[in-house]
Parts: sequence; structure tokens; C-alpha cells
Amino acid sequence: MSDATAPEPPGANRPFAKRMMRKLQDNWRSVIIAIPFFWLLFFFLAPFFIVAKISLAELAIASPPFTKMVEWTDSGIMTIRIVFDNFTYIFEDSLYFDTYVNSLKISVTSTIICLLFGYPVAYAIVRSGPVAKPILLFLIILPFWTSFLLRVYAWMGLLADQGTINNLLIALGIIDEPIRMLYTEFAVFVGVVYTYMPFMILPLYANMEKLDGSLNEAAADLGSRPTNTFFKVTLPLTIPGIVAGCLLVFIPATGEYVIPDLLGGGNVNMIGRVLFNEFSRNSDWPVAAAVAIVLLFLLVLPIMVFQYYQGKASEAD
Amino acid sequence: MYGKRSRFLTIMLTLGLAFFYIPMIMLVIYSFNYSKIVPVWGGWSLRWYNELFQSQEVWEAVSLSLQIATLNATFATLLGTLAALAMVRFGRFKGRTLFGGMIVAPLVMPEVITGLSLLVFFISLNELIGWPAQRGFTTITIAHITFSMAFVAVTIQARLTGMGQDLEEAAADLGAKPFKVLTAITLPRLTPALVSGWLLAFTLSLDDLVIASFVTGPGANTLPILIFSRIRLGLRPDINALATIIILVIAVCVAIAAILMLRQQRRDLRDQQLAAGEG
Repeated sequence: MSDATAPEPPGANRPFAKRMMRKLQDNWRSVIIAIPFFWLLFFFLAPFFIVAKISLAELAIASPPFTKMVEWTDSGIMTIRIVFDNFTYIFEDSLYFDTYVNSLKISVTSTIICLLFGYPVAYAIVRSGPVAKPILLFLIILPFWTSFLLRVYAWMGLLADQGTINNLLIALGIIDEPIRMLYTEFAVFVGVVYTYMPFMILPLYANMEKLDGSLNEAAADLGSRPTNTFFKVTLPLTIPGIVAGCLLVFIPATGEYVIPDLLGGGNVNMIGRVLFNEFSRNSDWPVAAAVAIVLLFLLVLPIMVFQYYQGKASEAD
Repeated sequence: MYGKRSRFLTIMLTLGLAFFYIPMIMLVIYSFNYSKIVPVWGGWSLRWYNELFQSQEVWEAVSLSLQIATLNATFATLLGTLAALAMVRFGRFKGRTLFGGMIVAPLVMPEVITGLSLLVFFISLNELIGWPAQRGFTTITIAHITFSMAFVAVTIQARLTGMGQDLEEAAADLGAKPFKVLTAITLPRLTPALVSGWLLAFTLSLDDLVIASFVTGPGANTLPILIFSRIRLGLRPDINALATIIILVIAVCVAIAAILMLRQQRRDLRDQQLAAGEG
């Protein structure tokens, strides 16, 4: 009985929880890295490899509906089965090819429009007084936080045959018949430019804000006209902002699904929409996976350029 | 960099703001329209708000979306903060380049690709270990955490870089252990960024349609999924009413967040001036 109350040797029989705490305190840095690292590895990177795997399989009547890549025969021989049919199919089928081209056309054009209009707006905010600046910035950021879906919906109301714009034009006597705008490519352009404009303005603003105003003064002192100063001094210095803004518009716009679906109706095909419909309606998974992989390849270079600039920007800070 | 704003710039700024706000203002105005056909004016009325509040379907979708958004924001802030600490304060470690890439990639990844890959991932996982047997609340939450933690991480990284390491170094010089420095100095100073990161993750989740549509299952309709299924067929006055409420709530939240951030910036500026004055 008295044995039970005998003092324990120190350290040898510490409670498990305490030892774990000790271990945690010694290795807390690795724990902090490991938790988000493995989350992303598991839920972000691994899914891409599964998509890549499916894109190399064949359609099969099974659940899930594709053939297995690695199979073991009864005699224990491993067979690996890879087909590239899905990729050749995408390039031979004019529907897919044209849709990729159309997506790129829409995203590139919208990016240019965003730049042409976003640049002066960003520049105007930078040149505003200390009271107006935070308010203007807030007004640009606010739509960025409001629901994307509802911003697209707002344009449905403006562009419809009986929508605000047509009603206004008819009331003013400019047109007699409503102009068809909703469910056309024009509507898709408007939607893309509208929803992605803040992504162009904000990086441009961040870049211009850091510029040294004395360079402009020096140029003016030396007799340079404002237009000349803009093209020779300001514009070259804002190239990092231009690149970041363009990529932030171009990359998501290329894979856009909601805008072509709601504003383009069935008339405008973009690859994000084809991918979504392919997957939910036809359930031809291997082809849909291949479509996604090709889209990813189209965007890998822009994404890497973006990461490179991001890395440079964070080093500069 | 202040300077004179030329007339051209002022005009562009005005046009830009008009372009941003006129569609939303029209949306709000037409939510008070009595007429069933959205663009035809039938007099002021709260009819559609009334109808909205009586819809069981809408309430269920709001409740599901808010639950997912809250859970998502909390976990995304936790994971995003850990990721930002690792990237900014831990120097070099094995796999840092891959880690950095995985943090930035979800920011620019097209939603259709993220959604598709997560769906096939969940299905494959179900084949393999029998989980998740049903898609819905859990799968949407996991998908949202995965992409919103990247946004939180970038926000926190910027704040960590901005606030410098002087106080941490001072605490270390005075004998505080690294873990103590983290909990007593770094995290309290991060609080405003944590709040704005949480709000960002919250709205990102409330806003997401595409990824949620991929990874959802039967019966689990989030608010955007519900809205989308209704407006696909055309304009609907009840959606105008719903949109007005959502826009109002978000505007208030963003204004609060903006004021908090502005205060923090002023405090930082004052601290810097004080430090410079004494040094």
C-alpha cells in the first residue's frame, strides 16, 4: 500500500500530455509550417494530379466513369494504361478549339479595355488630395467586396431588351426599337470589364503611389512638356503595376463561367462555361479533365510571371 | 505623390465611378418596384422584401451560407496566419518555394479548375476511404478554406512585412523566448490584420458560386447557388430585394473594416514618428 505513495523518479514518468507540450514547444516552428503546408498539399496540389490522371484515362461505364491507370492482373503483373485520345480530340474538334480562341479573344480585349480606362482612374486617385484619396480608394474597393454574382445581375437589368438603357434611349427618342444587347458578346465584354476593373486599378494605384514626384518636377524644370514627361518618365516606371493589373484581369477572365452564362446566354462560348457544362451534363470526365489541363497550360506562363512579380514586390518591401 | 489633377483625369475618374455605381444604384431602385416585370416601373413598394422574408428556401440558403462562411473564415484565418508567419518570419526552410507557390496559386487559379479538381478529389477520396460519403456542407467548407486561406495569408504577410521586427527583437534582447515573443508581441500587433483577413475570408465564401456548385451535393444550396438558379431564367424582382440587402450589409462591414485599418495606420505612423524623435 505504501508503495503507491513513493515519489516517482523525476522526468522518467512524466504525464504524456506534458511531454507532448514540451515537444511542441521545442518544435513549434515545424508545427506552424506543417499545418498549412499539408493542408495545401492535400486539398490544393493533390487534386490537380488526380485531374491530370483522369485526363489520360478513357471513358468507361463505371463509377467513377473512367478507366484505371494502374491495374494488377491475376498473375500479379502491373499494367499502366495511358491514352492521349482526349487531348487529340480537343484539338481536332473545332468546338473546343474555337472556344479556346474565343475565350482568349474576350479576355485579351477586356484586359486592354480595363488598362486603357483603369490607368487614368488610378492616376487620378494618386493625384488627389489627402482628404479625397482614402474616400476614392474606398469607393473603388467597395464593389470589389460586393457580390460578384449580383454585379453581373445588375447588368442584366441594364442591358435587357426592356432594360434601363433601352427604355432610356426610347424615351429620349434616339431609337424606336430596343437594341439587342443582353445575350450578345458585347454584354460579355461589358460584364468582364465591369467586374475585373478593380483588379486593374488597385495594383496600378499601389505602384503609382510609390513613385517619386520629384522626377516629374525635375523633368518639368528641364523643359519637358507634361505629355512628354508622362510617356518618358511616369509610364515606364509603372510597368510593374501594368503587368500585375493585366495578369489579375486576364487570368481569371479567361476561365470565366458566370459572365458568359448569364450575359452571353447560349450565344457566347467561353471555355469555363464549356468545362462546367461538360462536367455537369455529359459527365464525360476524361474529356472535361483534358479541357481543364489545356486551360491550365494556357495560363501557366501568365501565372508564373505573376508569381515572379509578387516575389519581387515582397522582396522590395 | 500629390499633384495637380488635370481635367482629363477628373473626367475619367467621374466616368469610372459612374460606371461602377450606376448599375448597383439601378438594382437597388428597382428592388422597390411594385411591378412583377423588373424594368417596368409600377410604383414604390416593399412587396418583394415581404415575399423574400416569407420564403423558406431563401432562409435556409442564407443560414447554410452564413454557417459555411463563419467556419471558413475562422479556419482560413488560422491557417493563413500560420502560413504567413512561416513565409515572413522563419527564414529559409525545406520546401519554401513550393509552399510560396501553393499560397499564391489559389489567388489567380480560375474557379472552374479549382472546383473541378476538388470535386474529383472528393469523389476519389470517397472511393478510397469511404469519406465524404455525401457532398454538401463539409466539402464546401473545405473547398472554401483552401482558397480563402491564400487570400488571408497574403493580407497577413503584407502586415507582417509592414510592421517590421524591431519590437520582436527588443523582446528577444530582454530575454523573451521565441514562442513567448510570438504570443505576447507578434499576434497582438496582428489583430487588425486578423480581423480584416477574417472578414475577407467571410465575404469570399459568401460570394462563391462556381466552386460551391462543383463540390455541393443534393439539397445543399448556398445563397449564390440559389440566386444563380433563379436569375438564369431572367430578371426577378425578389432577387433585386435580396441583392439590396446583401449590398447594404457588405457596405457596412467594409466601412467598419476600413475605419479599423485607417486607425491602425495612423497609430503606426505615430509610433514611427515617436521612435524617430527619440532616436
